[in-house]
Amino acid sequence: MNQAIRNTWIAVMLLFVLSLGALSYVQFLASEDLNDNALNKRQLFREFDLPRGAILVDGKPIAESKPSEGQFKYQRVYTDPELYSHLTGFYSLSNGSTQLESEMNEELTGQSQDQFFDRVINLFSGKANEGASVELTIDGELQKLVYDLIPDGTLGTIIVSEPKTGNILAMASKPSYDTNKLAVHSSSQAAANMKELLKVNGLSPYRNPAIGNLTAPGSTFKIFDMVAALESGKYTADTVLKNPPSVTLPGTKTPLKNFYGGNCAAIPEATFADIVSQSCNTPFVGISEDLGRGPFEDVTERFGFGQQLEIPMRVVPSVFPPDLDPAALGQSVIGERDVRATAMQMNMAAMGIANDGVIMQPNLVKQVIAPDLRVLSESKPKEFSTATSKEVADQVTDLMRGPVKNGTAVRAQVPGLDVAAKTGTSVIPGGQGLVNSWITGFAPADDPQVAVTIVFEKIDFKTGSSLTSPNLKKILEAVFNQ
Amino acid sequence: MSELETAPVPRRNMELLLLLLALAVAMGAYYLVGINSDDGPSQEFITQGLFLAGLALVFHVILRIWAKYADPVILPVTVALNGIGLAMIHRIDLARNDDQAFRQILWTGVAMAVACVTLWAIRDHRVLRRFTYIALAVSVLLLLLPLIPKVGVVLNGARIWVHFFGLSFQPGELAKITLAIFFAGYLSSNRELILLAGRKIGPLQLPRARDLGPMVVAWLVSIGVLVVQRDLGSSILFFGLFMVMIYVATARVSWIVIGTLMLVGGGIFAYLTMSHVTRRIDGWLNAFDPDIYHASGGSRQIVEGLFGLANGGLMGTGLGNGSPYMVPLANSDMIVASLGEELGLIGLSAIVLLYLILVSRGMRAALGSRDTFGKLLATGLSFTIGLQCFVVIGGVTRLIPLTGLTTPFMAAGGSSLLSNWIIVALLLLISHNSRRPMLSGVSATAEVATKAPRRSRGLLESLKETKR
Repeated sequence: MNQAIRNTWIAVMLLFVLSLGALSYVQFLASEDLNDNALNKRQLFREFDLPRGAILVDGKPIAESKPSEGQFKYQRVYTDPELYSHLTGFYSLSNGSTQLESEMNEELTGQSQDQFFDRVINLFSGKANEGASVELTIDGELQKLVYDLIPDGTLGTIIVSEPKTGNILAMASKPSYDTNKLAVHSSSQAAANMKELLKVNGLSPYRNPAIGNLTAPGSTFKIFDMVAALESGKYTADTVLKNPPSVTLPGTKTPLKNFYGGNCAAIPEATFADIVSQSCNTPFVGISEDLGRGPFEDVTERFGFGQQLEIPMRVVPSVFPPDLDPAALGQSVIGERDVRATAMQMNMAAMGIANDGVIMQPNLVKQVIAPDLRVLSESKPKEFSTATSKEVADQVTDLMRGPVKNGTAVRAQVPGLDVAAKTGTSVIPGGQGLVNSWITGFAPADDPQVAVTIVFEKIDFKTGSSLTSPNLKKILEAVFNQ
Repeated sequence: MSELETAPVPRRNMELLLLLLALAVAMGAYYLVGINSDDGPSQEFITQGLFLAGLALVFHVILRIWAKYADPVILPVTVALNGIGLAMIHRIDLARNDDQAFRQILWTGVAMAVACVTLWAIRDHRVLRRFTYIALAVSVLLLLLPLIPKVGVVLNGARIWVHFFGLSFQPGELAKITLAIFFAGYLSSNRELILLAGRKIGPLQLPRARDLGPMVVAWLVSIGVLVVQRDLGSSILFFGLFMVMIYVATARVSWIVIGTLMLVGGGIFAYLTMSHVTRRIDGWLNAFDPDIYHASGGSRQIVEGLFGLANGGLMGTGLGNGSPYMVPLANSDMIVASLGEELGLIGLSAIVLLYLILVSRGMRAALGSRDTFGKLLATGLSFTIGLQCFVVIGGVTRLIPLTGLTTPFMAAGGSSLLSNWIIVALLLLISHNSRRPMLSGVSATAEVATKAPRRSRGLLESLKETKR
């Protein structure tokens, strides 16, 4: 009998060994996987009890963590939330975090590589890890100005950047939203607020329209056509091109017309410079037939189409479909059909032309500052790509002066300022006459300081064109104090 | 039967020393919870700590009087476990603005008082043998109690609670003691019969069909608990208890084989036919499937428990610094996850080792016991503690499906505390009887000791033995 008791004891010991083994597996071997599991909210809970770094514009916080009496020790508070919502994103327990709050999370929570030694020191001194602050390249006044230029109820985006550094000075979109509503600690309240926001037409709190909305670029795409044409050596500004009111797309019976009612209708032949100024469509079909799809695929890729880019948020790659047949190419080179671009991409087109063909990497973060005000990292201007040669860029600049001087963008004229820009209007198929209205350009044309892109989606032609060129003028006047 | 004689030394001073150590651990844990909370150490730390210390010392004195040869390790280990459990319940209270710790300390008081009364009233565990069939009747009554309308209540999907005078109680917890008494009594009387009869097929000695009777009864009780009360944990516990006791009584592996087959059969039947078992098993196998995680009654509890354990890692977050309150039932069914998170693998392993010591001391008492009844009872009771630990830890770590068993001495809940303290009292008694000096005139063999306790209380029993 005692032997049976001993055997039972051995069996119980085996059960204990199994228990200890299972505990070792969960708490030691598998703990990292479990900590990283998507369902695991503990990391987030820990973060909510730590002071998170601020996001700064002009040295003033637009997002900061304030001590809170509630469930957690800190509450994220956004100043001027609508103005910056698409840049900061939100930091929420139940809805996750987005945009800079997500991309810069390591820095904001003090977990980045640069803060390694601070963490080691804190480990021994027992101090809590404090997050670093992130200072943006945004110019607060300019941001406010461009935001107010977008009327409520429209789907508009405006980007202002420095072509020589890539720094983004303003990036605003409407509709916008109050990030504070999503940062509340109560998950039921946050869910209810999120539901409310998702009802707003054209708004997704998870997407920044400037880098996330893909829109047909219309005639602003002709910047790439100009580069392809000039690079081929077959065309110059003075080349005379046929400009029929309508052409039949190669191999089909589909007609492609110049924009109705425009100045293109009256001139059967014109120089390359003139057709750019007036943004005539039919000559570009001829150029596309002449050059073939190769150069267009090549140029768009050099300008950033299909490329990965982080500013530090990920920019959705713009699309120039490959292997187009001549008819589809004819429609694509005027920025219609399946060509899609983000506002950021079209701003980069202007930046590249403005900066002698070199696109500087667009960037929102100026520097990361430790809690003791040490600068942990500072962003330096970086080349994104060499989009074209200086010679071609200079010629395109000259061509882009045309629309402002005496073409489609005359309303963007600023007395005494040399402005280069290209307008665009893409018709939304089946959109009941609604269009996407674009302008992208830079000034001063001979020594570019800013590149500006404005786009209004799903808007009627008249309203759209009254919000693009005139607003470019207002922005440039503000920037150059005129 | 081999002799395991220990020199009759009381060793109560050793117990006192260990008890002071245990109280230091428990109060230290309580104090750490206090200083790591926002409010700092509370008044409760002093009052509840002193209350626990007072109870433990009174218990120690009672042992000195009525069971002075009892095992010196059992009481300190139990007090340490109870105290650490209290500290963790208090810690969860702070996060939830609750006061479960107060209830728990009151129940600890009640449980220890009842354990003392048990010591005083029984004195010699062999008395219990007289109540073999009464114990069976009480077990059945206790198990049926939750099924009576208005008295029984359904909590967390299981109908194992009774409600009266504003108190809720889980009678199944006490039933494991009465069942152990019944099994020990029945098997110690009938083991020869069971042993000798039966056919031999290959290496297996099969029992006679009529000897299978009690086994079938035990199996039916376990399945009945599962089907009617929807309580998987108790069902496993009762069946495991019976299997071990019949194995110890007969030393036949065939019983284990038959029992395991019956258990597997019952388990498959339950999985296929009963929705709550199906849900438990699915939640176990596919715990990290988001659909199952978010489903009501899904795997959220076990997954959050795993996240808690992982968060603790090797060293733990420290008492009061983790977030164990994110786990459902953090102070009762999932208290192991809470402890693992804040004390780490190292701290939790120490706790598991305390259980291991407790179970080993219980088994040691069984080895030393001079009578079959005592051996069976001590083995069965110690085994329930071990099995319960395994079922809980295995469930929390996803080694086996999660069941609703409590962690002995630690989980918040009065019935569990009460029954486990009674088990401790019984183990102390059995160890006292096995270690105390032999009375004069009795030879030192175990069977004789069973038959002839020269004490008035044992008379009735020895009469019965003689008649047979």
